[in-house]
Amino acid sequence: MTAPPPHIEVESVTLAYGDFVIQHDLSFRIRRGDVYIIMGGSGCGKSTVMRSLTGLLAPKTGRIFYDGTSFWEMPAHERARTMRRFGVMYQSGALWSSMTLSENVALPLEQYTTLSPAQIRAIATYKLALVGLRGFDDFYPSEISGGMQKRVGVARAMALDPEVLFFDEPSAGLDPLSARLLDELILELRESLGTTMVVVTHELASIFTIADDAVFLDPETKTMLTTGNPRELRDHSDLPKVRAFLNRGAS
Amino acid sequence: MTPAAASMPALQAELGPIQDGRATLRIAGGWQIHDQLPALEPIASRLEAASELKSLGFQADGLTAWDSGLVSYLTSLIDRCQQRGIAVDPAGLPEGIRGLLRLAYAVPERQGARRTKKSISFVQQVGEQALALTRSTGEIMAFLGEAVLAFRRLLAGQARFRKADLWLNLQEAGADALPIVSLVTFLVGLILAFIAEAQLAAFGAKIYVADLVGLAMVIQLGAVITAIVLAGRTGAAFAAQLGTMQVNEEIDALRTLGIAPMEFLVLPRLLALILMTPLLAIYANLMGILGGAFVANVAGDITLVEYFIETQKAIGWNDLIQGLISATVYGAIVAVSGCLRGIQCGRSASSVGLATTSAVVTAIVFIVIAAAVLTLIFNALGL
Repeated sequence: MTAPPPHIEVESVTLAYGDFVIQHDLSFRIRRGDVYIIMGGSGCGKSTVMRSLTGLLAPKTGRIFYDGTSFWEMPAHERARTMRRFGVMYQSGALWSSMTLSENVALPLEQYTTLSPAQIRAIATYKLALVGLRGFDDFYPSEISGGMQKRVGVARAMALDPEVLFFDEPSAGLDPLSARLLDELILELRESLGTTMVVVTHELASIFTIADDAVFLDPETKTMLTTGNPRELRDHSDLPKVRAFLNRGAS
Repeated sequence: MTPAAASMPALQAELGPIQDGRATLRIAGGWQIHDQLPALEPIASRLEAASELKSLGFQADGLTAWDSGLVSYLTSLIDRCQQRGIAVDPAGLPEGIRGLLRLAYAVPERQGARRTKKSISFVQQVGEQALALTRSTGEIMAFLGEAVLAFRRLLAGQARFRKADLWLNLQEAGADALPIVSLVTFLVGLILAFIAEAQLAAFGAKIYVADLVGLAMVIQLGAVITAIVLAGRTGAAFAAQLGTMQVNEEIDALRTLGIAPMEFLVLPRLLALILMTPLLAIYANLMGILGGAFVANVAGDITLVEYFIETQKAIGWNDLIQGLISATVYGAIVAVSGCLRGIQCGRSASSVGLATTSAVVTAIVFIVIAAAVLTLIFNALGL
């Protein structure tokens, strides 16, 4: 039996800013429709890994494949087309502050679909409702709380029903109920639309609820320690660092 | 449309007949946001018109593909039904859609969150503008008052700010502005001399080009031009810096530490411009006079020595002092406008832009007003 080809494949990638190496020799595969967690202690370069997956930072060495095609070796317009199938939620929301929440979600739809303004507005309203912000369409980002901004960031990332959704610390700073709603949303989207999810996080509760697979990055050795399902890693990993992380230090 | 989408069966939404107060909406085809979606209105208005309708069901056997296009269509329809009191039964929909609908309605709308647009009458607009003007005048006065108090604490040696900031601001506002000030004032001197030379040559009084350029630069132009360049260069930078700090809550962080932004942020900038503007103005005067000398020498056959002796005769200490006092006042105006607009900045990227624009406009308006007032004062004093 052959496994289906991976949706995203990272092949011996080294990431660096100038000469400063963030992570080296990363190799992992993300299956289509999986919820994949990138985890590790603070400052280990989780967000940097996400930047290279989303097309913001070229790896120093190594290659990243989407459906078997090398992402960073594509011509720029091809890469832009691939990137259009991504939805990215940034750590602090990264909302466009001069637009209302509805306009923030609507912008990708206005640019890349031929729908009427009323239909775009309806989709924006629906996406905001999915993240629990029904009725906040006409607010500006500065008028809502940080946790709400984050959820709008999720709504904007989902605007075009992307094939891959990237989340940078989605549940940090959310109240427990909103965090659970977000976890449910991630699972529901995966279930109903088959979206592949790449989630950078270190919220254990969320990791154990949503993860299918994960990679564990280490800030000290600056490389990955292991991959696998976090629940199994928690109970059976032979690496003390990984077990300590997933058990909050108690082993 | 992509070929794949074209080959898919056309999407459909058909409302069946109403029986016992119940109707069924039949959905078929591919409903995706990258294709065309049907308008909501025909179906929604038929639902609202049917007064005997009590509940709406769905039948989705012919549905081939769907994404948010369909779900947002359904949520809009459900919202309309709820307003009319029509119950919606999602049982006939695929499970994925039911799950997404459940999530979309999981959090009820917060009371009072939705906004309604209000129209404002002309009279009300005028009134609000007038009130805003009074308020902003009050704010400027309060800011000036606070700045004066901060100055007093500085003189008493109690002001809290970092010396490094002062040095950095001195360099950025002073030395770094030399190239642009040179360029502008040299050109102004050049132009003044050109025009004056053409006019004065008719009277055989070409040598007075030196008087005209020298006095114009030293008494007023050197200071005004320097101030306007600084308003665009440094004042705008102050507003953008402080505005961004406001957006990032950095100013709040200073306040909660008990550090007054007025001392920590405004004072070094104000000091830097008060000290640097007169120095730059002297330099500007020099460059303007050089520009004049260049034209007089090339076009008017006046030797450089003649030109400088004439300039020396024309300009007195009183003229120089007028210029320096003006420059100091303008410098303070530029710094205060930049810092004031920066601190008043809202919490978004666009408000940083507005703050910067407003800083430059405020500075230039007040420089012009101050120039007029100072000229009156100097005249009255007989300088």
